[in-house]
Amino acid sequence: MTIAFDEMKEPDGRPRPAYAELSAWLGGVAPDVLAYRRQEAELLFRRIGITFSVYGETEAEERLIPFDVIPRILSAAEWDLVHRGLEQRVKAINLYLKDIYTGREILKAGIIPDDMVFQNPVFRPEMNGQKVPHDIYVHIAGIDIVRVDAESFYVLEDNARTPSGVSYMLENREIMLRLFPELFSRHRVAPVENYPDELLATLKSVAPDTTSADPNVVLLTPGVFNSAYYEHSFLADKLGVELVEGRDLFIKDEVVYMRTTEGPKRVDVIYRRIDDDFLDPLTFRPDSALGVPGLMSAYQAGNVTLANAVGTGISDDKAIYSYMPQIVKFYLDQEPILKNVPTWCCRESDHLSYVSDHLSELVVKEVHGSGGYGMLIGPAASSAQIAEFRAKIKTHPKNFIAQPTLALSTCPTCVDSGIAPRHVDLRPFVLTGRDRVRIVPGGLTRVALKAGSLVVNSSQGGGTKDTWVLDR
Amino acid sequence: MMAGMRLRIRHGTVYRYASPTKGVIQTLHLTPRNHASQYVAYWRLDVSENAKLYMHEDAFGNITHNFTAEGAFTELGVHVDGEVETHDTDGLVSGTIERFPPSLYLRETPLTHPDAAILAFAQEVMSAAGGDGGLKLLHAMLGRVNGDIVFDTDPTHTTTTAVEAFALKRGVCQDLTHIFISAVRSLGVPARYVGGYFHRMDGIIDQDAGHAWAEAYVPDLGWVAFDAANGISATDAHVRVAVGLDYLGVTPIRGTRYGGGSETMDVKVRVDQAKRQMQN
Repeated sequence: MTIAFDEMKEPDGRPRPAYAELSAWLGGVAPDVLAYRRQEAELLFRRIGITFSVYGETEAEERLIPFDVIPRILSAAEWDLVHRGLEQRVKAINLYLKDIYTGREILKAGIIPDDMVFQNPVFRPEMNGQKVPHDIYVHIAGIDIVRVDAESFYVLEDNARTPSGVSYMLENREIMLRLFPELFSRHRVAPVENYPDELLATLKSVAPDTTSADPNVVLLTPGVFNSAYYEHSFLADKLGVELVEGRDLFIKDEVVYMRTTEGPKRVDVIYRRIDDDFLDPLTFRPDSALGVPGLMSAYQAGNVTLANAVGTGISDDKAIYSYMPQIVKFYLDQEPILKNVPTWCCRESDHLSYVSDHLSELVVKEVHGSGGYGMLIGPAASSAQIAEFRAKIKTHPKNFIAQPTLALSTCPTCVDSGIAPRHVDLRPFVLTGRDRVRIVPGGLTRVALKAGSLVVNSSQGGGTKDTWVLDR
Repeated sequence: MMAGMRLRIRHGTVYRYASPTKGVIQTLHLTPRNHASQYVAYWRLDVSENAKLYMHEDAFGNITHNFTAEGAFTELGVHVDGEVETHDTDGLVSGTIERFPPSLYLRETPLTHPDAAILAFAQEVMSAAGGDGGLKLLHAMLGRVNGDIVFDTDPTHTTTTAVEAFALKRGVCQDLTHIFISAVRSLGVPARYVGGYFHRMDGIIDQDAGHAWAEAYVPDLGWVAFDAANGISATDAHVRVAVGLDYLGVTPIRGTRYGGGSETMDVKVRVDQAKRQMQN
């Protein structure tokens, strides 16, 4: 495999400019000081109670995501490129979603095959012809980005449904500020603490036109058993909005109300962290007790904004992903700033045979999988695992895509043996309001803690880092 | 002149609650639209409680109404009464409102997802029909589903899947329709679920439920209606109310209530020829 791009060091070992201060500091700091700070960080996280649960694990239902105290740094110029690329991509995604659910010009133009949309479970027929407030579908996007060299940033995955992780971005910064004030004083780090303000401004800006002057925003959670419940309560608290469950809301005459001790209060914007399927038992899964009966009728009447809109999965589906460069060109008439990883769709027979013959070099993903489940990393897989996947993709070709194994960039990371490079990715959060797009500089950096591992998902043992964007 | 009828339809649903309910919200698919084989002469929809009915068109082009009623009450009635002129068009469905290309109706749903048994059954019918993917196949499928599945109101309910009913080899019109849809979709034929009413040929007017059948898409003909429970194409005895991917998309009443203890539901459907009614 090719040598990964080291974000801190040039090939000759000299630090890159953005990392000059940090590199010098790391060179001078006593190992026990770092070890002590690591312990302190873990203690702080435990005290905050920031945990997540891993599906499919019975013991240790709640787990702490490992936190690495060495920050990941991006220069102002690097961030500028990423920022422009994100804004462009999310703009295109919103235009695409509007088109898919109204005029379907992109299908008429033959750019995306009809059946990839119409037979896709994440396409929601119920949204067809449905107007959404201000034509915005994806208000909150988490775009997973990886870097392979000095100039190239690739989008690995678009998350346009209910992306999570922003609470870690905020907590990581808070803890770093407490533990390493001296490091911050040597850098001009762009703030991320304003994310809740930016999110609230975004959510208020997309309230329906019929809303009174100050829209009532709520955060709808599936409840305490959801793996991201901590984040839901954390965000509601930071936003200063009510954290509600389905049973706290009701519909009367196509308007959403929240039950309060002072009587019903009208709800204008719902930041929902419940999947489409569970939102409304009168429209979607009839057995869902998590949602609000009749919510879709209020939505269809234009009396409430759902953030994100229903049916956005048809933009972040792994099969649709391979069309993103064409989607950007089709709607914006621009070249994509962020690259797409070349993708083989096993549904196409010539792609399937290529993938089948090159499994040991490729990463194979399930189209509807997430969290790093159900994937094959060819170079790291045993021949038995490869044989198993070869059979799987033959039986259900439509369910799989494959990509070359990218040499993800590495960042210095504290490991048992000291400081060593580990592979990282980045999930910035892109907020789209009626007025503008807001992106706080940076995002959540995830790091694969095992040497050589390319899987950064927290459910697969990945950790996180604070992400610093330098103000020039 | 096409053969035709004028059908009078009365469909009442009465919910009774053991203790007063605080409120009810419902979405209704209870209003037919016009197309080449039917013309709605009049149609009235009444809810027994004081409630504003909001009318919309759903994503599939069906008319829906939704309402919320605040309690307390112990009984709620939803009644329709109307007359529809129907024509026999040999099962061909035209002049309908289409919001999607036929290929959308290849989607699988939890109620229509096929298992190995249905897939094998579909293949068997296909090869018996001589590999023909068109009308011949669909008529063969109609005959097989009608012949193989025994009409029986006991073992299945509204949430029974095609797979479950096919394993039992028993079911009602809903189940036979789901099986038909599941099987033909697996052969690449777009198919959809139709909810509506059926005028019985045996003179029985009172029924305890509406009717269900399927429509399948034949490239040169368009949508063609197949009534698996009766083993026939749709005729002037059928009144089409709503279409969807499965029963859930056309359910006459989907609702929830707040409080009210246990509940009973009483459904009465009357489908009669309007002229005969007048002669009585």
